[in-house]
Amino acid sequence: MSAPATSAQFHRDAGRVAHDLRHRELMQKALGGYYLKRDEQKAKYTDWQQARTAAAGIKYEAVNHLDRHLVEFAEKIAARGAKVFWASDGAEATAYICRVAREGGVKTVIKSKTMTGEEIHLAQALEQAGHEVVESDLGEFIVQLREEPPYHLVFPSMHLTRGEISETFERKLGSPHAGTPEELTMIARGVMRRKFCAADMGISGANFAVAETGMISITENEGNARLSTSLPRIHVAIVGIEKVVPRLDDLAILLPMLATAGAGQPITAYNTMLGGPRQPGEIDGPEEMHIVLLDNQRTRILADPEQRDALHCIRCGACLNVCPIFKNVGGHAYGTTYQGPIGSVITPHLRGLQNWKHLSAASTLCGACTETCPVRIDLHHHLLQNRRNAVQGKAAFFEKWLWRGFELVMRRPRLYRLAAPLNRLATKFQPLIQRTPLNPIRAWTNTRDFPKAPAQSFKETWRQRRNAPSAPDADRA
Amino acid sequence: MQTVPDSRDRILARIREALQAPAPRRHLQTHGPAAPADGSAKSPEAWLPPVPADREGRVALFAKNSADLKTEFVRCANHAEVRARLDALAAGAGWRRVAAHRFAAGEDAINSLGLPVTWTDSGYTVPDIESADAAITGCDCLVAQTGSVLVTSRSAGGRVLSVLPPHHVILATRDQIVGDISDAYAAVRRNHGGEAPAFLSFITGPSRTGDIERILVLGAHGPKRLTILLSDES
Ligand code: SF4
Repeated sequence: MSAPATSAQFHRDAGRVAHDLRHRELMQKALGGYYLKRDEQKAKYTDWQQARTAAAGIKYEAVNHLDRHLVEFAEKIAARGAKVFWASDGAEATAYICRVAREGGVKTVIKSKTMTGEEIHLAQALEQAGHEVVESDLGEFIVQLREEPPYHLVFPSMHLTRGEISETFERKLGSPHAGTPEELTMIARGVMRRKFCAADMGISGANFAVAETGMISITENEGNARLSTSLPRIHVAIVGIEKVVPRLDDLAILLPMLATAGAGQPITAYNTMLGGPRQPGEIDGPEEMHIVLLDNQRTRILADPEQRDALHCIRCGACLNVCPIFKNVGGHAYGTTYQGPIGSVITPHLRGLQNWKHLSAASTLCGACTETCPVRIDLHHHLLQNRRNAVQGKAAFFEKWLWRGFELVMRRPRLYRLAAPLNRLATKFQPLIQRTPLNPIRAWTNTRDFPKAPAQSFKETWRQRRNAPSAPDADRA
Repeated sequence: MQTVPDSRDRILARIREALQAPAPRRHLQTHGPAAPADGSAKSPEAWLPPVPADREGRVALFAKNSADLKTEFVRCANHAEVRARLDALAAGAGWRRVAAHRFAAGEDAINSLGLPVTWTDSGYTVPDIESADAAITGCDCLVAQTGSVLVTSRSAGGRVLSVLPPHHVILATRDQIVGDISDAYAAVRRNHGGEAPAFLSFITGPSRTGDIERILVLGAHGPKRLTILLSDES
């Protein structure tokens, strides 16, 4: 049985990064500050745990009446002039957006951060159709220049040092060497200002879509989403269907919680609600606004009541930040759009269980993700369920026989008695083949010691003591 | 552009079929304390950071949050002081031209600067706003809980003015302070009647990024400085 290429890639990259001390130091530094700020911020809540329950309740309500809320959202925002396009998959979405760009005579597209756009490779599709695409989020801009995917849902360039970023800017932008984050940020700001003023189309995601008022809500810190959605003639927002919430007031709790869980902020610098293109009487704003509602297998998660709550996700990234696996293997090893625990849970639904089941195995099941999730997604149990689903009817050959043998031995005391000395023998010889292909359980023992069998089994000890007449009395004394 | 056939009906059919099977309300069952058993469910905002009920307490909280956020928050006794503070800002930073819109609490103060002003009210060009030294706008309200300012396309001179120039100055009055975001939405409903503006934005501190080594840098794309001049006189 050969592992799929996705799994081989994960094991290779994870193994490499896990031993990279520089990577470990970067992660520790970046996340250390995050933990402090997050805890400080959480402590200000009257009751963070109750807030989580309330936030989960809002998303439960939204997701479990998704049809109703989506229709209301689409009708309300269309009534104010936005064009709504429902896309079954990435191909439909990108074809539509490329068509809007073509018919609008678009040359330059400026993008603000959208993971949903990443998911459907929107930038690549637009570039192939001959449009220039510029990422405006600083982190995304940096990884775009390096032709890398984002490293983290929320912190795309967290794996790079200022030195590496300066080197990238020098090479790609011809800018002078810059020594501080401040200087580097100002270089990017300058480049981007020119792009903003020239772009014909702005692309954004949405963190929430409000049914009651027909608005999308965009959360950001830099101001690039505000510029991308207001300066260009055309604004396209790509919105996963699970982003809908029933009421505007729901944002009163979700916006602060998203920022607190994701970045330890009371709320992010800009939270913008958009309810249509430029309205009569307005002095600015895009002439056209397009909302692309994307399914792309989300209805598959919806159809699994056990894991439906995975659609509650508000992409705060908190579960990545606390995950021992993410911290050790980094974001690129996953090979997915969505990294970390939530990525391991949903990628099998989005892209096929057999090719992505290894991600659910790459977990200590410590539950840190579940504990931190602001919308109470039962992440680590979902990983366990994925493991179960992956082996149902398709257990690995070796594992199947291992368990059969185990059952056989456990049911027959005589065989079991025989197994004890065999086990001792195995313990003796195991180290000889520990890291060689001869070892059938090397995946397990490569990084762990095989437990030592005791010199004597309990039964043998018991028998010995009974045969020595004084022993039981001594025990009782 | 003509309407293009899409997958609306197919997606809705898939959703409806998927929802045939109910999902457990696991967030109520297996984690943490449940909501009060007597059904006295408070509004969810009750779990957020507490906000004083009185206006003075709210102003104090807003001032404290502003300091944390690196917003320059200046309390002024009356409109004359606002005018003086605005003059001082202009002189201190050497403004040569500002962009603004016309609003009751601000127009006089802006005019009294004696600087060229690009007014956005009857249309503008992007380079004119881009090259202004500061933007001066009004707002709908100030949110004590988060230190945010709520601007809308109607209260802040459009969608672009409050984000493009390097320094954003907001002129507000004490009676615009509200408790939390819910209150802010209520204020928008009050200020604008049935149909809310198509652009609302909570601005919380100057534009920022932490994308390089998670080190805070102000002025990523939007203003590097955010100043709020709050007048006690309404
Ligand atoms: S699963 Fe929860 S913690 Fe993870 S990104 Fe989504 S909302 Fe945040």
